[in-house]
Amino acid sequence: MGTQPNGKDAESVQAHVLELDPELPPPAVDDAVREAEERRWTPGKIALWMVVSLLGAVAWFMVALVRGETVNAIWFVFAAVCTYLIGYRFYSKVIERYLLKPDDRRATPAEYKADGKDYVRTDRNVLFGHHFAAIAGAGPLVGPIIAAQMGYLPGTIWIIIGVVLAGAVQDYLVMFFSMRRGGRSLGQMAREELGVVGGTAALVATLLIMIIIVAILALVVVNALGESPWGVFSVGMTIPIALFMGVYLRFLRPGKVMEVSIIGFVLLMAAIIGGGMVAGTEWGASFFHLDKTTIAWGIIVYGFIAAILPVWLLLAPRDYLSTFMKIGVIVMLAVAIIVVRPEITVPAFSEFAGRDNGPVFSGALFPFLFVTIACGALSGFHALISSGTTPKLVEKERQTRFIGYGGMLMESFVAIMALVAAISIDRGIYFAMNAPVALTGGTVETAAQWVNSLGLSGVNIAPSDLAQTAQNVGEPSIVSRSGGAPTLAVGLAHIMQQFIGGTAMMAFWYHFAIMFEALFILTAVDAGTRVARFMLQDSIGNFVPKFKEASWRPGAWLCTAVMVGAWGAVLLMGVTDPLGGINTLFPLFGIANQLLAAIALAVCMAIAAKRGSFKFLWIVGVPLAFAAVVTITASFHKIFSPVPAVGYFANNAAFAKALADGKTEFGTAKTVAAMEAVVRNTMVQGVLSVVFVVLSIIVIITAILATVKAFRDGGGHDHEDAPRPSRVFAPAGLFPTAAERELAAAWAKVPAAKRFERPGHH
Amino acid sequence: MARPEAVAAPLLRGLRGVAAYFRGVMGADAYRKYLEHHEACGHSTAPMNERQFWRERMDRQDTEPQGRCC
Repeated sequence: MGTQPNGKDAESVQAHVLELDPELPPPAVDDAVREAEERRWTPGKIALWMVVSLLGAVAWFMVALVRGETVNAIWFVFAAVCTYLIGYRFYSKVIERYLLKPDDRRATPAEYKADGKDYVRTDRNVLFGHHFAAIAGAGPLVGPIIAAQMGYLPGTIWIIIGVVLAGAVQDYLVMFFSMRRGGRSLGQMAREELGVVGGTAALVATLLIMIIIVAILALVVVNALGESPWGVFSVGMTIPIALFMGVYLRFLRPGKVMEVSIIGFVLLMAAIIGGGMVAGTEWGASFFHLDKTTIAWGIIVYGFIAAILPVWLLLAPRDYLSTFMKIGVIVMLAVAIIVVRPEITVPAFSEFAGRDNGPVFSGALFPFLFVTIACGALSGFHALISSGTTPKLVEKERQTRFIGYGGMLMESFVAIMALVAAISIDRGIYFAMNAPVALTGGTVETAAQWVNSLGLSGVNIAPSDLAQTAQNVGEPSIVSRSGGAPTLAVGLAHIMQQFIGGTAMMAFWYHFAIMFEALFILTAVDAGTRVARFMLQDSIGNFVPKFKEASWRPGAWLCTAVMVGAWGAVLLMGVTDPLGGINTLFPLFGIANQLLAAIALAVCMAIAAKRGSFKFLWIVGVPLAFAAVVTITASFHKIFSPVPAVGYFANNAAFAKALADGKTEFGTAKTVAAMEAVVRNTMVQGVLSVVFVVLSIIVIITAILATVKAFRDGGGHDHEDAPRPSRVFAPAGLFPTAAERELAAAWAKVPAAKRFERPGHH
Repeated sequence: MARPEAVAAPLLRGLRGVAAYFRGVMGADAYRKYLEHHEACGHSTAPMNERQFWRERMDRQDTEPQGRCC
């Protein structure tokens, strides 16, 4: 529609431009009818929301204020669900009504660009599931577990409040703005809205952030599989299983996705059970007993091959498997938590909440808790999914609230369940599992001694407890299995065995959990490498046009090698880090992810300002300010802190000085080579922190400048696609309203041939 | 107690609904949707057959990768 000088008369402009087909029923519920319906409060509705509010208040009271010996896990579920319902019903409605103003009379890209392939109108409930499967992975299962070092309450509050005010807002806005732009990606929107400088900074930042995220996800897998023959075998088997599925779908029975997924699932279960048998034999235990460095190299080689193989052979079938597992696992976890209702003995705030030298991750509660839990509260990576793929499938504009905002609430719920699973295990075991070997010493005796020396209230662990837990889950040891995934697996096994199978089944449930986390992560690694490779090819293509040709093999292979080399280097650095890779690298993962969120929100703020919605700009401004403050503060801590455990350069200087003084061991580094590794690693991590924060600050500043300019001019140039009249109707939310049902009935009477414009092409 | 068939019918319908939903989320119904689109647009050419459609769909993803989240 070109320029739209003032947001206030946007509606009238659209009504004027959109010429609806008079032969068809209206494609949207009449505004006045919808308004009246939304504002009518029947006694039933009032009672329902009073119950939700009361239950939520009681649950929060139980979780946050009552200081008994234990608190039941069910209160976490109620506090979360009631808060989500209230946030969805009231806050997302405010965003819809005052900031985004969707118009169902406008056709979505799925309608006006329909091609039967990428742009396909998709039922809202199906798309909700599809979008959720695309955004949720291992992230929300890992961050909350690592953050549990501070106690359960800080993490719980951030996950639940953060998603309502920040994470879900970001996903919703990005999805809506991308939909209005024909499904453009975040990078393209940044370029359009922020100009060359801001756009380029956003692109480079995105690329670097993807590298870091892929590297640290891979690190989580390495830590989960290191010295675990059972895990190595069963996760390794996913590769031949996926290859088989790929061949099956390509040549034997094309299109039978459900069939092959079920076959794949059965094979996967067999791989888990078989892994136990193989690990039980002597040759199996020695053959699949790999150290972390070997596994890291394995993943690097695998990552390269997977990213250059055709999609149908490996990525697509594993994606089906991963989606299948994702939905199954999450439903299972929810049912188990509700049925078992474990008692939580972990304190609300642990001894480490007020310190910055915790063994699981270092740094003070503010800002590091807020970056440690990224996925589940506010995840910038979602902006890459919410722009692009999903907006091309949305049927009606109003559905973006349900899919974008609602989908993220769902992911937050997954994070809460992961947190519950992690805190349902004994605190002594938690710390023994999550502290680096440098602290625990690696054996059950030294680990138990170290945990008991921490002086944690109520923690007194015997070496036999650790050995027993390891035996129950079928692992040689659980000491220093950091990274979050093994802890979640123990927690899940602990809950599930009370639900199905008892102690005898714990080993199965443990490896089931490891398996699905590895599956999610390997899919993310593969897809992330591909996406990053294309971004790199595209960027180089600006200088050497040949690189833009996706089918040019040497270019594709070279760029893949560069990307795999980049994340592989970070991965190896993390695996060999004498300080314990997760401990130092996980904050960088969170910072990277949140900086991406800040970039996405900054772009959204500029767009909202250009639409002239200044009065409600705080909806974007508040989460943007929070994300910016948290990430920039965290980055500054990492860069400037004089405390070696926190600051990369402080640590670098301390180790460099020790080396210069001729010391042969320093802190947790026991050899000169280890000390040199620390010097190298801290320098790389420090430089990365500086680059991230500088790029993000550039993006945020350009966004603020664009916003101020729009404010002065009373709006700005709008890059939306021209509005087209819609010729379809579908309800907006999960449950259709009375007016929506009535209109849907009217549409059902329209003969199918009349519903679509016949573009007459081909 | 209701008669068994009176219970079975809605139960079966429910299960079918769940299965159809799952298929949708997994994208197993992509070919059906493509045919619908082809039909609705009134293309003069014949649609791709199922094997061609899936082959083309997978091969297209080679050049247009879609991210998966963490």
